[in-house]
Amino acid sequence: MSGTKGLTRQQMADRVAFEFQDGWIVNLGVGIPTMCSNTDIGDRDIVYHSENGVIGYGGVAAPGTEDLNLVNAGGQNVTLKPGAAVVNHADSFGIIRGGHIDVTVMGAYQVSMKGDFANWKLKGQKGGGIGGAMDLAACAKRVFIILEHVTRDGSPRLVQSCDLPVTARGVVKMVATNYGLFEPTGDGFLLREIAPGLTVDEIRASTAGKLTVVDNLQTIKVVGG
Amino acid sequence: MTQKSKVVGSFREAVADIPDGSTIGFGGFAMPGVAFNLIKALMEQGAKRLTLVANTTGGAQQPRMPDIGMLVENGQVAKVICAFTAATRPTDVLPFTKYYESGEVDAELVPQGTLAERMRAAGAGVPAFYTPTAVGTELAEGRETRFINGREYLLEYALPLDYAFIRARKADTFGNLRFHRAQRNFNPVMATAARCTIVEVDDPIVPAGTIDADDVHTPGIFVHRLVQVPPEPEGLWPTKRQERRR
Repeated sequence: MSGTKGLTRQQMADRVAFEFQDGWIVNLGVGIPTMCSNTDIGDRDIVYHSENGVIGYGGVAAPGTEDLNLVNAGGQNVTLKPGAAVVNHADSFGIIRGGHIDVTVMGAYQVSMKGDFANWKLKGQKGGGIGGAMDLAACAKRVFIILEHVTRDGSPRLVQSCDLPVTARGVVKMVATNYGLFEPTGDGFLLREIAPGLTVDEIRASTAGKLTVVDNLQTIKVVGG
Repeated sequence: MTQKSKVVGSFREAVADIPDGSTIGFGGFAMPGVAFNLIKALMEQGAKRLTLVANTTGGAQQPRMPDIGMLVENGQVAKVICAFTAATRPTDVLPFTKYYESGEVDAELVPQGTLAERMRAAGAGVPAFYTPTAVGTELAEGRETRFINGREYLLEYALPLDYAFIRARKADTFGNLRFHRAQRNFNPVMATAARCTIVEVDDPIVPAGTIDADDVHTPGIFVHRLVQVPPEPEGLWPTKRQERRR
């Protein structure tokens, strides 16, 4: 990740994974969110749910031991943890729509200060890739987003209002970027923790809306690469 | 009870009568559960103006196996109903995308859970349902919504199929099915939504009664034709690598 400031992709995922509580049922989107399952969060038991109906998958299978009929939503050949179960797609989305997912972690192009986010369609594109994102966004108990803080040309991804088509409105509870950990507040963003090497002024300059900062701002603890 | 066997001798025979203009559901999610052999047979059969229902149009993975994008490239498709007309990663390009962008093929983009539930509803006799999914997005523009207990929901209609193409691990001659791991995905739901469900089967098809009634994932009443997948190279086995190596 040359040319970007602050946290690496894995460190962003780590910071989000530390929020997971013992016993949570968690759905991870493709890309950086998938890396949350690499994080060591001690003895907390997490049940990873995948859109294709796999409940309780574990790590990626070692080369040569893959069951090619066992994949997570990203198509990776994963393993099953003790206690795992498999259901069909309608039941799997019944789990999602029924509010049984404690948190969904997704990537996005933009998050607004009202908690809207956009991740399925680029500007000017016909169609797009929705997958399970709209179901998860509308129905999980919590929506956490991980994204780079600014676009390649330096514009903010934490915006006043999404100018890309939204995936859901008013649902984002927490956002991790390479600059820090944020919450949408309706009229701006609350900076909860700051990445090493960043200043509040730098973040304010590259974030839309009013940036508020928690009292006694802590630096995100980085656990390796 | 005695039943006629639903086993058909070849993939070609299993898809021979599919008419132009049919709506066909294609099970599978990534590789598991995709009826590759039936897709290949349909390409050879040549039915046209088809409406295809599937999670994605395929073609992002290499080496490429028979997929829905190939039916599109083969000029057999009028419309695709799916959760992806483009890949999740903008850098991946699906072969289907250019046919959609040029207007040669129509598409209806549906959230994945809504897609599954629309077929579940079709199989269960529910004509429509309300879901919170996609409320407030451009997919909901101009469509019927309703507030129930203070929350807004979008009306979605059942999606019946003429045919479903699915793959299962085990089958008996009556069509009772078992799936292995993530092979299940959309397949049991599509089987209930289709007038005619055609299944390609991994393991040797067993006599009715061999699979215990408690262990059936999809009851044979939803299954109409079974084809045993022959060994390679005649049969396609993209998810069999590991088991062969053992």
